[in-house]
Amino acid sequence: MSERDDELGSLIREKATRHAAPPHLRARVSGMLSQEGIGLAARPPKPAVRQPEPWRRWFNMAGAFAVGMLLSVTVLLVVRGGAEDGRMAQTIVDAHVRSLLGEHLVDVKSSDRHTVKPWFTGKLDYAPPVIDLAPEIPLVGGRLDYLGQRPVSALIYKLNLHTVNVFVWPANGETSKDVTFYARQGFNVAYWVANGMQFWAVSDANVGELRKVTDRLIAATDHH
Amino acid sequence: MIEQGTSRESGLQWPPFGRKGRGSALDERTQRFEAMVLPHLDAAYNLARWLLRDEHSAADAVQDAFLRAFRFFDSLEGGEARPWLLTIVRNSCYSLLGKRRQAGEQVEFDEERDSEFAQPSIDGDPEAQLSRKIDSARLDDAIERLPSVYREAIVLRELEDLSYEEIARISNVPIGTVMSRLSRARSMLRERLSRNGEGERA
Repeated sequence: MSERDDELGSLIREKATRHAAPPHLRARVSGMLSQEGIGLAARPPKPAVRQPEPWRRWFNMAGAFAVGMLLSVTVLLVVRGGAEDGRMAQTIVDAHVRSLLGEHLVDVKSSDRHTVKPWFTGKLDYAPPVIDLAPEIPLVGGRLDYLGQRPVSALIYKLNLHTVNVFVWPANGETSKDVTFYARQGFNVAYWVANGMQFWAVSDANVGELRKVTDRLIAATDHH
Repeated sequence: MIEQGTSRESGLQWPPFGRKGRGSALDERTQRFEAMVLPHLDAAYNLARWLLRDEHSAADAVQDAFLRAFRFFDSLEGGEARPWLLTIVRNSCYSLLGKRRQAGEQVEFDEERDSEFAQPSIDGDPEAQLSRKIDSARLDDAIERLPSVYREAIVLRELEDLSYEEIARISNVPIGTVMSRLSRARSMLRERLSRNGEGERA
């Protein structure tokens, strides 16, 4: 948690309204409890204390949570298995997995680059290249992500059955750099710099397949 | 809060696994419920009020949640009452809002609703932007206008002071999702608050 988060957090804790229950609600709940208590007492005690439904619900919830935890742990192990030199590659894999598991993959769903590109305008301090690779590698859409302390664009492509996330943001000084591949058990990451932008492509596709995407992207940016 | 009759089970985890109800005197059960769960009425109302953004709906959801909580009290069994209750409150709220926004469902991007906020601040010096002069009304408004999953995460974390793990259980999502929701919610809030600040100075 960063200092900025601490600052925002304390601002919220100090100044945001923590709504207190109105007195009439307190009275309603108390009244309901005493009624309900009597209602339960009037019934045979067994069904009142042994309802299968809530149990099943708790088990379901607990089960789903356990699976979620297991996946998170697995992902952590996968990501931490990598070598020292590709720390950013780990961040990229992390973001890729997050986009698939956690929240949502696309903010703007469109295969049309003329829809996706303007969507980023005003959301970023740079204009990410949005490259159409259809029909072999169709564009699914775009997403705003947050990596290494900055908002970045993510383009989502489909390569056969694989999802490919391509993150793009300005490089620090470099104008071009050849592709480097990183493998993180099950995920492949490609990194290169072109036209002053750094590209990070990530997928569970194998290196040969991922290379198809990178080759096409590099060829397209060269023509700009 | 009075921890009446709970000490002998203090080692149990929430949610509990496989414990049977005791089936002892029911008025004792009511008393235990009142001692353990009723103190969290304000927390319950606060969450419902933030999620539903309306005091009448919030009161209805809380009443519904307490009824369910009382009936399912045996599923608590010495665990932490507050996250347990808030899980039920959240479910009541979402039932009230309709099946379409049930737990775990992904949030669709909504241009009308999200586009104004889906822009984390972009310059290199965001520290300078948050003014201590931001008043409660503006802060409340910014939180209220967050999409619900982000609002939920922020309220549980900052106002109810729950751990990531507790929030993950309440929201029924992996911890990683809680962290990314919080991060995104904070970006949206910073953006909103700093932009408002500029508007005021202008």
